[in-house]
Amino acid sequence: MKRKRETKEQEVMKSMDKTTRNLVIGLIALIILAPLGLLAVGETFGEWGNEELEEKIGYVPEGLEELSSLWSAPLPDYALPGMGESMTAASIAYIISAIIGVVIGGGLLYLLGKRIARD
Amino acid sequence: MIPIWIYAGRRLGNELRSKQVPLLALSAAFSFVIMMFNLPMPGGSTGHAVGAAIIGIVLGPWAAVISVTVALVLQALIFGDGGLTAIAANCFNMAVVMPFSAYYVYRIVSGNTIVTSGRRIIAAAIAGYISLTLAAALTGTMFGIQPLLHQTMEGVPIYMPYSLNITVPAMVLEHALGFSILEALVTALIFAYIQKTDATLLYGEISARERIKMGRAGTV
Repeated sequence: MKRKRETKEQEVMKSMDKTTRNLVIGLIALIILAPLGLLAVGETFGEWGNEELEEKIGYVPEGLEELSSLWSAPLPDYALPGMGESMTAASIAYIISAIIGVVIGGGLLYLLGKRIARD
Repeated sequence: MIPIWIYAGRRLGNELRSKQVPLLALSAAFSFVIMMFNLPMPGGSTGHAVGAAIIGIVLGPWAAVISVTVALVLQALIFGDGGLTAIAANCFNMAVVMPFSAYYVYRIVSGNTIVTSGRRIIAAAIAGYISLTLAAALTGTMFGIQPLLHQTMEGVPIYMPYSLNITVPAMVLEHALGFSILEALVTALIFAYIQKTDATLLYGEISARERIKMGRAGTV
């Protein structure tokens, strides 16, 4: 009876691992396909840069101009410094950016989760 | 936002099961990557799904607060996307309103169906659609009240140049006709997969292993 219980436990463990593993595979596929997101030209509503705003409305709102110097991101717009502007370079930079985000974000929450999980 | 983050962290500590830890890590990674998939919209604008709906449904809304926040903060800090000064507003809309509305829509549409029911897949899709559209409407509202709150003496907006009658329709239409459909598809797809392979991973479902444990504790 006890042995049967254990095999059931193991079964559950195995299926859990498989589900998570397949989701990881799905995520890797998404990362590889990420450069598709570069095909969309234009900017998200409300996320315009200063130059774009100038083009759109003829001036840069002064508050935005001040705030834009508050923080300069190390990898602005998912591009790597000194890699050129070709689509291939942009795609590679985009994939690397996705990996950076996944590793830092996933890693952070994995460590946090391990520390605070109930059982 | 700070009290919400603190409270969410506490709730997560109470609710998170160790078998969900890999999923939690995966969820932040997934949200980060799905937001990189920019979709073009007619008129030269772009946008994206968020992934917060499926996270709210699978891991629970409090876990989603934490994981979508991590994705948004990384975006702003490292890639200058979304913006540091907008981080609280972005987190409120995409990491709080979105997973909570998704979770409750999912629960309401699911009703008292069993966890493996097909109706729950539809519930997940509707949850994805409504939650992103709602978050977009809120974002549009926040954009639109900006010029009312902050303008120079001459009435020139200091930050957001467009007013409510432009921002709200722009945000809602773009999402309702585009990005929310993607969010619905992604939510339904992932939900169906987890439901089919291991429904015990879902928020609020007790796993067989835990049931065995509880049974064991009960018999001792």
